[in-house]
Amino acid sequence: MAEEKGAKALGNAKKMTIICTKGSLDWAYPPFILATTAAAMDVDVTMFFTFYGLQLLQKDLKLKVTPLGNPAMSMPMGGMHMVMPNVVGMIPGVTDLASVMMKNLIKKKGVASIEELREAATLSDVRMIGCQMTLDLFELDKSDMIDEIEIGGAATWMESALESDINLYM
Amino acid sequence: MADEVLDAKGLNCPLPILKAKKALTGLENGKILEVLSTDPGSVADFQAFCRATGNELVEHNIDGEIYRFLIKRVA
Repeated sequence: MAEEKGAKALGNAKKMTIICTKGSLDWAYPPFILATTAAAMDVDVTMFFTFYGLQLLQKDLKLKVTPLGNPAMSMPMGGMHMVMPNVVGMIPGVTDLASVMMKNLIKKKGVASIEELREAATLSDVRMIGCQMTLDLFELDKSDMIDEIEIGGAATWMESALESDINLYM
Repeated sequence: MADEVLDAKGLNCPLPILKAKKALTGLENGKILEVLSTDPGSVADFQAFCRATGNELVEHNIDGEIYRFLIKRVA
């Protein structure tokens, strides 16, 4: 292993925080893509997971995507695009079907899975904070979450945010 | 010419960058990493990655549908 160099090792890295509030498959991508890419570019990254975003820290991810309330969801199919009307999205099983379709598409196009990106984040020392209030609110157990996280609250994020160059809310 | 080759063909954003960073970290300073990619977005991304991290993009070209980058580890 070559010696660690770059801004991070020198202690003058730029800093970024991301607040992750959504727990669906599609919304899981932007925070993890930006966090891992920023870390690869020597940025010191903190992610704060609150409300539904806390689901992204579960050991066993069962992420889904729904066409309900999303008129922009247009899936490629046989050279065409398929848009699901909202009323179809309400039918039981359609969320599972859309989720399977999305995961197949992700695999086919060489896009990373959320599990892969999350592992890349932990390996590149992205700091992940789970929201204590959300754990209490939804009666979730820290033991169901991946080991690499810490638990904190708004002030924990705030301390990081105050010294960061970029703060994003997703 | 390259000291190590990273085959990132078939991978989409941000995987080529993440894997390139990992490979660069394992290289000595001054050594060159060759990255092969099929992601058209990687052309802009590797230039931005190198500008932001201080690593040197020695060369980049297209061979058919394959993008080839030579990155010298500086940072």
